[in-house]
Amino acid sequence: MHERDPQSQVNPAHLSSAVPSPAFAPTSAPNASLISNATPAPIFALVDGNSFYCSCERVFNPSLINQPVIVLSNNDGCVISRTDEAKAIGIKMGDPLHLIGDIIKRHRVRVYSSNYALYGDMSARMMTTLAQFTPELEVYSIDEAFLSLEGFEGRDLADYAREIRRVVRRDTGIPTAIGIGPTKVLAKVANRAAKKNKISGGVLNLCDRAAQDCVLAEFAVADVWGIGARSAAKLARMGVSTAMQLRDADIDAVQKLLTIVGRRIVLELRGQSCLALEMVQEDRKQIVSSKSFGRPVYKLDELKEAVANYATRACEKLRRQKSACHTLSVFVQTNRFKDIAQYYNSGTVNMGAGTANTSRLIAAANSVLENIFRDGIEYKKAGVILSDLRAASAVEFSLFDDQYKHAQDIKAMNVMDAINARMGRDTLGVGACGASAKVGQNANGASTPLTPAWTMKANMRTKCYTTRWQDLLKVG
Amino acid sequence: MPSKSRNNTVAPARAAKSRAVKTNVHLPFFGCSVSCGFPSPADDYIEKKLDLNEYLIDKPAATFFVRVSGDSMIGAGIHPDDLLIVDRSKEPKNKSIVLAIVNGDFTVKRYMCRGGKIILKAENPAHADIAVVDGMQFEVVGVCTNVIHNLK
Repeated sequence: MHERDPQSQVNPAHLSSAVPSPAFAPTSAPNASLISNATPAPIFALVDGNSFYCSCERVFNPSLINQPVIVLSNNDGCVISRTDEAKAIGIKMGDPLHLIGDIIKRHRVRVYSSNYALYGDMSARMMTTLAQFTPELEVYSIDEAFLSLEGFEGRDLADYAREIRRVVRRDTGIPTAIGIGPTKVLAKVANRAAKKNKISGGVLNLCDRAAQDCVLAEFAVADVWGIGARSAAKLARMGVSTAMQLRDADIDAVQKLLTIVGRRIVLELRGQSCLALEMVQEDRKQIVSSKSFGRPVYKLDELKEAVANYATRACEKLRRQKSACHTLSVFVQTNRFKDIAQYYNSGTVNMGAGTANTSRLIAAANSVLENIFRDGIEYKKAGVILSDLRAASAVEFSLFDDQYKHAQDIKAMNVMDAINARMGRDTLGVGACGASAKVGQNANGASTPLTPAWTMKANMRTKCYTTRWQDLLKVG
Repeated sequence: MPSKSRNNTVAPARAAKSRAVKTNVHLPFFGCSVSCGFPSPADDYIEKKLDLNEYLIDKPAATFFVRVSGDSMIGAGIHPDDLLIVDRSKEPKNKSIVLAIVNGDFTVKRYMCRGGKIILKAENPAHADIAVVDGMQFEVVGVCTNVIHNLK
């Protein structure tokens, strides 16, 4: 479906968010266009980039067109994006790289490490391009956005969607599929059906009841947005296996089984919009920065360096949303899949009045790490979790906190962020992070990185064509 | 009017614009404060600073930079190592300089379209033109709008 790092899989959180449930729930499915309301009925379009990461790679390497291409997760672990050609030869999402070596060799599959700098920039371009078509847009993930097409009822919506597709493809090079529906859940269904159906031309409009019937009857309930594997199993016991059966099921029975979340999905399938467009992203309540190491790590010093880097990343995110963190946790763990002595431990420290200062957080993380570190263990992963986040402006001082020092901290961090934004990530950092790749750069900017053991594997990563001067595409 | 002099750095109002090509607009500050009593005669004439992004780029989300690697377009003033600005949103006209894909490779050439036939013309006699024929993988990626040549 859509590519995301499996470690950061997000469930549609909005489904469980506080949307008021209607007191009266219709037992028969109403025709969406017949609902008489003071406000016009909403229309949603879900636009998503086809095989997004692979498509980004193709934009900068035309020899990949019509070839099987896959992109791997962090650390080159498993498949997180694949083209139709790769799918056709049996490569599945989530396949571990070491299990598909034969297929890759036999079909000359082009394999890439994930290049998030590139995908992030291409995503921003796609979203900016989409914003030309509607004033209301919700960026749902790196490769998906919901558009409100309310007020466009007068025109042929499928035609309008085809125009959106054409312009996104032309301006960014990314092919997309677009699903249209009276609710977000139906727009999601339409998007998926548009991708599967080759004759749809990448666009499917499910605003019409007959079209809904036709698609929902063939649509597996497990593929409905918000229905996980466990919910699907519960529904199967109720005799519900298609989206149509779920739509026409007894809504109270569904609620008993799947709570209010299930009720909303049924209503959405019936064409009654419960989930509004969320145009402003809420600040995070918790920031996690963790990664598996490229190879096993044994020494405390190496762990400290890795954790300092994760703390730096987390702290940058913290300052970007203008928060201060009051609690910091660090965890370390071994490789669960390896037959070795297993170890997991974590520790937490209170950050007093709250801080967004990288060096303070690194110092705190180091002291936690010293407590939880055990000798003779083969570490595979470590991470930093910043929680109890509050607005930085609301930092409270105790009698013993030095307010002058706090103001100096903020100034120093602002300077560091500004320099890194201009000169590239990690130009300026805290010494504990170790010698970064920048140290090894020669005058031309070509890097000869000094790679510490803990950095993750990314042996087949392409260049940052759109975000680094030294990485620009060369053309003759 | 602020009593302290400051130099405001603000990102352009439209987030959309700042995403693709980062650009900072330096707003001029008004140098006189009430207490100095004698206003600067230039205050009424202060304008915003010139921004090269604004001059060179119409559509940031559709604009890409590429580095020139050969001399096939030297006659058009495009030298090796120059920076080319490519706008994907522009449709090529006859004689536009374009970035195109031909059989799996990128190439920069002059787009000549006459009588339904397309020729990608080199601007250097040492390089052959490319005639676009049926069965060839061919796509215009975008139109090259500017070349940036370093005189050092």
